[in-house]
Amino acid sequence: MDKVMRLASEKGVVIFTKSSCCLCYAVKILFQEIGVSPVVHEIDNDPDGREMEKALTRLGCKAPVPAVFIGGKLMGSTNEIMSMHLSGSLTQLLKPYQTSSLS
Amino acid sequence: MNSPTSHFVPPRRMGVYDPIHQISMWEENFRNNVDLSASTLLIDDAEIKFDNQSEYASHGIPGTSKQYDQEANRLADKIQRRLAQNREAARKSRLRKKAYVQQLESCRVKLMQLEQEVDHAKQKGLHIGGTGLGSNSLDFAASVNSGITSFEMEYGHWLEERNRLTMALRNALNSHVSDIELGELVDGAMSHYFKLFGMKSAAAKADAFYVMSGMWKSSAERFFFWIGGFRPSEILKILVPRIETMTEQQRSDISNLGKSCQQAEDALSQGMDKLQQMVSESVAAGQLEEQTDTPHMSTAMERLAALVSFVNQADHLRQETLLQMSRILTKRQAARWLLALGEYFQSLQALSSFWANRPPKPA
Repeated sequence: MDKVMRLASEKGVVIFTKSSCCLCYAVKILFQEIGVSPVVHEIDNDPDGREMEKALTRLGCKAPVPAVFIGGKLMGSTNEIMSMHLSGSLTQLLKPYQTSSLS
Repeated sequence: MNSPTSHFVPPRRMGVYDPIHQISMWEENFRNNVDLSASTLLIDDAEIKFDNQSEYASHGIPGTSKQYDQEANRLADKIQRRLAQNREAARKSRLRKKAYVQQLESCRVKLMQLEQEVDHAKQKGLHIGGTGLGSNSLDFAASVNSGITSFEMEYGHWLEERNRLTMALRNALNSHVSDIELGELVDGAMSHYFKLFGMKSAAAKADAFYVMSGMWKSSAERFFFWIGGFRPSEILKILVPRIETMTEQQRSDISNLGKSCQQAEDALSQGMDKLQQMVSESVAAGQLEEQTDTPHMSTAMERLAALVSFVNQADHLRQETLLQMSRILTKRQAARWLLALGEYFQSLQALSSFWANRPPKPA
């Protein structure tokens, strides 16, 4: 849990994924399209992966990946991110972290 | 079939026709019709050989002079030649008949299969025509998966209700009902679409391939298919012009919604490409294995399980698009938009029928 929270607060946009998870890949692509470069932690390649997975589930991320943190706060998984993006609130939240200029 | 003489009996029935019977019949006719004043020419049945022995004529025919001997020889040759010709003709005829019957049999089996497929598809209310019935259609049409069978039935009912709601929206807009009533209709239509997404989620659990295939939709709808259903950005692009008056704010909001929708679709599409790549890699890695429970197949199956998630995510995107539109638009505008949506899908279904029933091109 500590490790998850520590990693989640290290940067503005943090995503926990698994290397075999294609939905995680899709979420990564979406963030790139918005012009954000998130920090990605693949928990299946982490020695503490099992613990991290449990921690994410306890935090409320059922999937448990992808788990998206913005500004250290858990935003949710694919469903939540997609809803937020369509409502426009995701782009608003990510404005401070955009690295590339958008048209 | 060539008949050497008018007395030759053509082989009409397989069972009756055999060389011995035919020759003894011929023999009988010969005895009746050939006039030899000296004596009757006797052809011993047992002496007849079926392999063209020229010594045939020299077997003992007692009590004839030399003159009759020569004639007997010539006649015997003729008989022999004719018998040989008959045998050959009969053999060829048998072969031709066998080939023809085999061809008929295989056509019959094929026809029965096709009839079954059509029956199954009709029962389940699937649209037949175009590319609907291919070699793999038996997987769908004759599915023993109860989750899919019940989905198909439910979808039929869902379509009827969708059409009824579309007509209700049209009538309501034409008869200028109150905004409140319109609002109720809009909410009803929206929940109806959400109900479909729930049905599809259950069907995807039963068989994600089936939902992805779009076999449960008409062929024209399948043409526009994206991850198990319609493309959300398309229903914005095509149908927004049908909404008459919009404020600047609304136009701007809808434009942003369209952009976000497109980005989300791109992301999911790329995720799907990645999934395909991963499944094909694990299948190829296990290509030389014959058992289905080798590690490679298990990996492929695990990865393929993600397909259910993708179908669910795509439906979630469709649902969110509908929700956002209902927030941006007024009830009256939403009613117009939903009417356009219903009519659009109905038109695609009509297009599928027209296409399936189009007259064949002249040769």
